[in-house]
Amino acid sequence: MSGYLSEIAPAYPEIFLLVATCVVLLVDLFVNDENRLVTYIIAQLSLAMTAWMVYSGTDSSTVITTFNDMFVADPMARVLKISVLLITMAVFAYSRPYLKDRNMFKGELFTLGLFATLGMMVMISAKTMLLVYLGLELLSLSLYAMVAFRRDNGVASEAAMKYFVLGAIASGMLLYGMSIIYGLSGSLNLQTIATNLAAQDSIMNNIGLLLGLSFILVGLGFKLGVVPFHMWIPDVYHGAPTAITMFLGAAPKIAVFAMVLRLLVEALGGMSDGWQQILILLAALSLFVGNVIAIAQTNLKRMLAYSTISHMGFVAMGILAANEAGYAASMFYIITYAIISMGGFAVIIFLSSRKSEADELTDLKGLSSRHPWVAFMMLLFLFSMAGVPPTVGFYAKLSVIQAVVGADLVWLAVFAVVMSVIGAFYYLRAIKIMYFDEAETSIAPSQASFEFGALLSINGLAVLALGILPGGLMTICVSSIQVIF
Amino acid sequence: MFDGYLLSVLVWLPIIGGIIVLFSPEKRVARPLALVVSVLTLLLSLFLWTGFNAEGYAMQFVELAPWIEPFKINYHLGVDGISMPLILLNTFTTVLIVVAGWEVIQKKPGHYMAAFLIMEGIINGVFAAQDAMLFYVFFEAMLIPMFIVIGVWGGDNRVYATMKFFLYTFFGSVFMLISLIYMYSQGGSFAIADLHELKLGMTPQILIFLSFLIAFGVKVPMWPVHTWLPDAHVQAPTGGSVVLAAIMLKIGGYGFLRFSLPMVPDAAQELAWLVIFMSLVAVVYIGFIALVQTDMKKLVAYSSIAHMGFVTLGFFLIYPIVANNGGDTNGSALAIQGGMVQMVSHGFISGAMFLSIGVLYDRMHTREISAYGGVVNRMPIFGAFFILFAMANTGLPGTSGFVGEFMVILASFKANFWIAFLAATTLIVGAAYTLWLVKRVILGDIANENVGALNDLNRREFFMMAVLAIAVIVLGLWPDPLTHVMSDTIDHIIQQATTSKLLLP
Repeated sequence: MSGYLSEIAPAYPEIFLLVATCVVLLVDLFVNDENRLVTYIIAQLSLAMTAWMVYSGTDSSTVITTFNDMFVADPMARVLKISVLLITMAVFAYSRPYLKDRNMFKGELFTLGLFATLGMMVMISAKTMLLVYLGLELLSLSLYAMVAFRRDNGVASEAAMKYFVLGAIASGMLLYGMSIIYGLSGSLNLQTIATNLAAQDSIMNNIGLLLGLSFILVGLGFKLGVVPFHMWIPDVYHGAPTAITMFLGAAPKIAVFAMVLRLLVEALGGMSDGWQQILILLAALSLFVGNVIAIAQTNLKRMLAYSTISHMGFVAMGILAANEAGYAASMFYIITYAIISMGGFAVIIFLSSRKSEADELTDLKGLSSRHPWVAFMMLLFLFSMAGVPPTVGFYAKLSVIQAVVGADLVWLAVFAVVMSVIGAFYYLRAIKIMYFDEAETSIAPSQASFEFGALLSINGLAVLALGILPGGLMTICVSSIQVIF
Repeated sequence: MFDGYLLSVLVWLPIIGGIIVLFSPEKRVARPLALVVSVLTLLLSLFLWTGFNAEGYAMQFVELAPWIEPFKINYHLGVDGISMPLILLNTFTTVLIVVAGWEVIQKKPGHYMAAFLIMEGIINGVFAAQDAMLFYVFFEAMLIPMFIVIGVWGGDNRVYATMKFFLYTFFGSVFMLISLIYMYSQGGSFAIADLHELKLGMTPQILIFLSFLIAFGVKVPMWPVHTWLPDAHVQAPTGGSVVLAAIMLKIGGYGFLRFSLPMVPDAAQELAWLVIFMSLVAVVYIGFIALVQTDMKKLVAYSSIAHMGFVTLGFFLIYPIVANNGGDTNGSALAIQGGMVQMVSHGFISGAMFLSIGVLYDRMHTREISAYGGVVNRMPIFGAFFILFAMANTGLPGTSGFVGEFMVILASFKANFWIAFLAATTLIVGAAYTLWLVKRVILGDIANENVGALNDLNRREFFMMAVLAIAVIVLGLWPDPLTHVMSDTIDHIIQQATTSKLLLP
């Protein structure tokens, strides 16, 4: 018996989270709206406990598989899971006042959020295509419901609908690709797929495999949100309640990154010549479309949505370098981007009130005189997105560009930096609106709590601190990638 | 004092001091605190001068600590003969800026001073960095405070000017980033000293050279990428203009000496004609443009571009000189020394010119030349200072402006008569626009009642003017201490710049 239990030990955090989520669901039945805080606290505690279990569960240099090689706990999974859990905790804390104001502070939302987190953890640790898909669907279905949570709001419902339809198509594509690969490699296990494919000769001429790869890339492209599969991003970001957008834009990106790495590198690493070509195109298009169209946006959430697209272009660039440095760079990029983007949306929540969502660019007017500290935090987030040192965004871009140059794709690096200069324009415009435009006197000061302000400060200062001393996190990323590839 | 980490103190003291100033209560605490921090930094920077050993070209005051280990990026600081004077120029100028903004800045003076202190620290970092990535980080970080200074305290059209400033310089520098990363991918190190040794093929060298040319050419600024400068200068507050002209432009020149010439000497030799051509256009053509300006600040801004043309001209003259001498590097040191002296001297003179214009602007709230006339009748002391600085700007012997220009023109005769001829036209054009400015603004009868109501310099303004006047005259009469500390380093740079490090296929 004990032998069996120790067998599943690597999956303890996931199991615990599942149980805890059910407990949250049950407890929530017995608390009324005044005491909803109880649900919130239990949800936060379960996340914290899960994070601690991940942290203490495996040591940082071994790869352990379990459940018949379906589930893997390796250093990369450990780092990504802890990031996902901490970011989810921060998002929950950030969104509390926003949800309360809009009568959305319900137990269901936290349950959905926890299920989504569980889905992400499963995705990160998946060692077979089946489990990848299982985790992805658990995540996606929870997210669809979260986006639709404000069901009496037309924009939000429309966004949820679009998200659901496009997401379902993407999942379908992915599943189709997986089934083709399964048929041609004879296994669902990522490792076995890789060895079986390596045994076949001239896999790059096998039309079936290429077809499977293309379908998988389409699916991944959708989930990652790279051009030309980006259409849902602006609408969903804009339509969803800001707190949900914040969740959507941060943690799931990390899980999707893990999925991309597991599928493309671990299973289909032998076909890197194929996916490299396609990713180059996707990355270049994302950088171009994301940065150029963001200039035309007047809505802050839409602007950040297009900025996300361009950032995902950078992440794709790191992956397409197809070497350890590139994967580590993308990993660093995606973790830091999640932190930055969370901060950006937090400022929108800060500005919003019961009456207005405050998600237009003009709502930033005169922020530096109304709330100088928050304006400074936003300045850090925006400069970080633009990639200006000494913020962490610069090192993320630096490491990706370094990997791309190392892969002899100097032209792509040049293209990327030129696009970042274009991108710098709209970040600067937002800063200009905050700092140089006069405030409108009619705006009431924000009512954000001390707790919210403290969290925002920690978030902003983390962007600066990671910018001054990026070495630690970068070393973690590099070493965790080195262990598994 | 501070053995082993003096440079870190010079970088971080102003930055931390600036952050404290940022959060201190307005005016009553913030301003004196800013003054204390800037003066303290200046005094500490004097230890660089006293402790500096002018013999040899080795880096001094070196600090080395690992910073980003996966990429082998180090926190590596050090100074040699060309960076040490520029750090002193920076710490000196910042004190003047704090003094100059003392009463004039009404809107959040604490934040204003804090921005300049933080900028001072970052710029010290630029000059002291011995790791290319550290250099780049400081190089870019500098844009943030300047962006805010122009945007918040600038003139009417400040948003346009500051966006243009930021995007121009950002655009320029990203190509340098790619080049640095490329060299890292070839040599596996970001240390500037290692990059000096790295052998490269001709095509990479040319591309790297061009990317450096864009990065530093925008900063200097060289024709034809100079157009951000007049806008930024005109819109910036006085302190912003002074930092831009006195320090930031020097970073471009410094970059040529530290990066372009030693890292890609073969490409530099190949394309020296291009830089010389661009410099001559700046000297001659921009000089004429300065002549027709109606805004005083714009006039000085264009004159800055023309003077910085001398700097880049001097740096790249070494190639034709060496070619004429049949490979002998004798005489080429004069060109680079001239360029360096010109940089320091231009730091004083342009700073003084912008401060003078600031003095007038604070009283009249206009920079239009036509609004002035006969200022000397009401402000005789100011008039005297202004004429001195104007003379220095034209390169009158006995002022610092003369030394640098004279050395460069002298060197250019060894290269080519026509280069010398064109460079020497500045003595006429420069004199024309500067003296005409003096005539229209300072001399003559009192033009209108606004001018009639002017008061002469107060104690604070007199102090700034006097300090700068002393600097201009001392450097003009006795440039030897400056050229002495630089000479060994410059010889080394010339030796690096003229030794081929072509990677043969």
